[in-house]
Amino acid sequence: MTQTLDYLKETASQTAGPYVHIGLAPGAAGFDIYREELGWDIAGPNAKGERIRVEGLVIDGTGSPVKDVLLEAWQANADGNHAHPEGGGDVEDGFRGWGRVITDFATGEWGFDTVKPGRCPGRNVGMQAPHINLWIVARGINVGLNTRLYFEDEPEANAADPVLGLIEWERRRATLIAKRTERDGQIVYRFDIRLQGDGETVFFDI
Amino acid sequence: MTSPGEFYQRDRMWHPPAYDKDYKTSVSRSPQYSLISLQNSISEVTGPVFGHNDVDPLDKDLIFNYAKSGESAIGERIILHGRVLDENARPVPNTLVEIWQANAGGRYRHKKDTYLAPIDPNFGGCGRTITDENGYYYFRTVKPGAYPWRNWVNDWRPAHIHVSVFGHAWTQRLITQIYFEGDPLIETCPIVNTIRDKAAIGQLIAALDRNATIPLDSIAYKFDIVLRGRRSTLFENRLEGN
Ligand SMILES: [Fe+3]
Repeated sequence: MTQTLDYLKETASQTAGPYVHIGLAPGAAGFDIYREELGWDIAGPNAKGERIRVEGLVIDGTGSPVKDVLLEAWQANADGNHAHPEGGGDVEDGFRGWGRVITDFATGEWGFDTVKPGRCPGRNVGMQAPHINLWIVARGINVGLNTRLYFEDEPEANAADPVLGLIEWERRRATLIAKRTERDGQIVYRFDIRLQGDGETVFFDI
Repeated sequence: MTSPGEFYQRDRMWHPPAYDKDYKTSVSRSPQYSLISLQNSISEVTGPVFGHNDVDPLDKDLIFNYAKSGESAIGERIILHGRVLDENARPVPNTLVEIWQANAGGRYRHKKDTYLAPIDPNFGGCGRTITDENGYYYFRTVKPGAYPWRNWVNDWRPAHIHVSVFGHAWTQRLITQIYFEGDPLIETCPIVNTIRDKAAIGQLIAALDRNATIPLDSIAYKFDIVLRGRRSTLFENRLEGN
């Protein structure tokens, strides 16, 4: 016999299921219940930096858009600080850096408005390129999937990013780079997420 | 002197795999490549912060939070309570806990749910709260009904409540489902059985807690939620900067 370690085990994950909206976005499920739903305003009115929109689809292994996804975003502000006690520094009043968004039931399109994040420190050395952490849950996803969105117009920062650098296959790194476009004067980044198959997005165990 | 370091790695043998052909929807929604392992950076050890201003006191009472004045939800009244802990058995205070569920008849208030059981006009089916300084949370609700779903021809979900928890870091984010002690449908559920380890399934089954019942009012179930624990770095091993 040996001594027993008294750690607990993490509670195991289960799928969010098809009705995740009831809990996390009840308005989309078709009813109004809370004073305010959480997660609809990531940056707030006072955030500095470039205002951007991020849009995309989540696509399954058959090439079809997934229409019952919930995504959550977590990001730094334009100075590279996260709204957290260990986040590296101050953020603007009202900047949360966190948001949640659901896909359109008919088309599968999702999108959110925010500011472009700045660079933040890497794990041991150097700086990370601007990025948004994304977490994806849905029916059929047993454990929420973690990925990162990087920006097409940051080629130098991306080339030096320690996380992108970990991905040994350069072709797969490209799945994490959002394409910059402009629509009616607004900056829109396109970021389609492929769960499986050709061009499968890189997902992380974080 | 110790300082907080990264989080313990997630035990992927304890969690369900992405792909399980008996839970049919997972087949086309499961990544085929392995996940890329990432050591925690500042983007992962931080996460959204919530406060008591984000929720109202009534949000945690599902019997009344959607009911018309003077009315209440129909069903077996239950208290669902417990603590949010980490793997070091330390409480996780001030974290957001959100739940959603079917009504007592097994029907969800959702425009995509077409099950023939009736909607309860006084039941919304969601609640939220912030854990207190000891990591404690509680909800009052009705026990959800079992419901059929399209997987095998005759699959029924055991009674369950979906739960979402944040913790204090992006790495701790978790969604799971709470089952109820004694439910015979647990054993045959393809979603439950995506989890291979019986002990991990047992951890998802809330225990009947007679000590916490409110006599002549509500029965109680206790459910502790465990989030990933964090390493103390005994020697210098900084997560950030240079
Ligand atoms: Fe359900």
